[in-house]
Amino acid sequence: MAKIIVVTSGKGGVGKTTTSASFATGLALRGFKTVVIDFDVGLRNLDLIMGCERRVVYDFVNVINGEAALNQALIKDKRVETLYVLPASQTRDKDALEQSGVERVLDELRQSFDYIICDSPAGIERGAMMAMYFADEALVTTNPEVSSVRDSDRILGILASKSRRAVQAEEPVKEHLVLTRYAPERVERGDMLSVDDVMEILAIPLLGVIPESSAVLQSSNSGVPVILEETTDAGSAYADLVARFLGEERPHRFLTTEKKGFFKRLFGN
Amino acid sequence: MGFFDYFRANRKKQNSAAVAKERLQIIVAHERGSGRRRSPDYLPALKRELLEVVRKYVQVEQDQIKVHLDRDGDCEVLELNILLPDDEVPARPAT
Ligand SMILES: Nc1ncnc2c1ncn2[C@@H]1O[C@H](COP(=O)(O)OP(=O)(O)O)[C@@H](O)[C@H]1O
Ligand SMILES: [Mg+2]
Repeated sequence: MAKIIVVTSGKGGVGKTTTSASFATGLALRGFKTVVIDFDVGLRNLDLIMGCERRVVYDFVNVINGEAALNQALIKDKRVETLYVLPASQTRDKDALEQSGVERVLDELRQSFDYIICDSPAGIERGAMMAMYFADEALVTTNPEVSSVRDSDRILGILASKSRRAVQAEEPVKEHLVLTRYAPERVERGDMLSVDDVMEILAIPLLGVIPESSAVLQSSNSGVPVILEETTDAGSAYADLVARFLGEERPHRFLTTEKKGFFKRLFGN
Repeated sequence: MGFFDYFRANRKKQNSAAVAKERLQIIVAHERGSGRRRSPDYLPALKRELLEVVRKYVQVEQDQIKVHLDRDGDCEVLELNILLPDDEVPARPAT
């Protein structure tokens, strides 16, 4: 049975698209047939991060409107066998994502995919609501920063009251915390919220912590999901996150500054 | 950084991150309202049990019963929708 997973946050610029791209790629690397959908109508970006921007012919809204068949719009990744991208439309029509249309497309994808990853736009408008509505699970992407944490809390409230699962009184959407752009040295200095702080406030299980990393910018420059850069810190943090999602035990890494351990700092350097 | 600096650095933790956490705890508690962000946990069970009761009288399918919980400001509305099959309108008791 296909699983629909939304990558959501409320606030923009926290790493949803980065996370969607790497999470989907990671699941596909494990052999699962995976599609990642860009719900950011009007501000298409996932195609760039996935490196398939020049292969976009039809988009999500074309499929909803019956202007293209699903398999005409799906872009097959050139690196990972079982990975597909469904790009967002660049239309300015905010109401293009009509609920029954979205449902129809998701139902069709369910027939052949294991995982459907929905990259949500920022905010709580139509696109974000549609990305969340049909979700079975949610990766709540959060930065260790006040406005992001507050927005994530609001999103959790919406998932618990306005999602399809909530509205139809089914088992609630399964929530996972993904803490991104984490800078341990700033946490140790006392000017950034720690993982524990954020977990205490949001009170949902932690799926992964992604460090602030120059590898993210570099890989987005060349259109390669950072998880494919296996030797980088952010890339391996995403690989761990995927493993944990699939039920494997992986200790959390990148939570402390590596170069300066406790004893180094204690006895000077 | 020496031994004492380490503890001094640690004490500084009481600054901006600690302030951020405290402010967040307050605002988030406030915005969640009194009942926290409780998902309507009891709804799946309510739906199952309602279905059992209804089925004592009419044969309905699982997907013919819909329970909606809507929040409108301070007011919560529980909406129950049961679609009865056409052929099984219960007989009106003889009077
Ligand atoms: N772990 C990270 N380290 C450094 N930069 C990051 C990280 N995650 C995301 N970014 C950067 O933050 C910006 C926003 O990321 P993006 O994934 O597009 O966020 P969103 O989809 O939530 O708006 C991008 O410039 C991206 O390169
Ligand atoms: Mg995005």
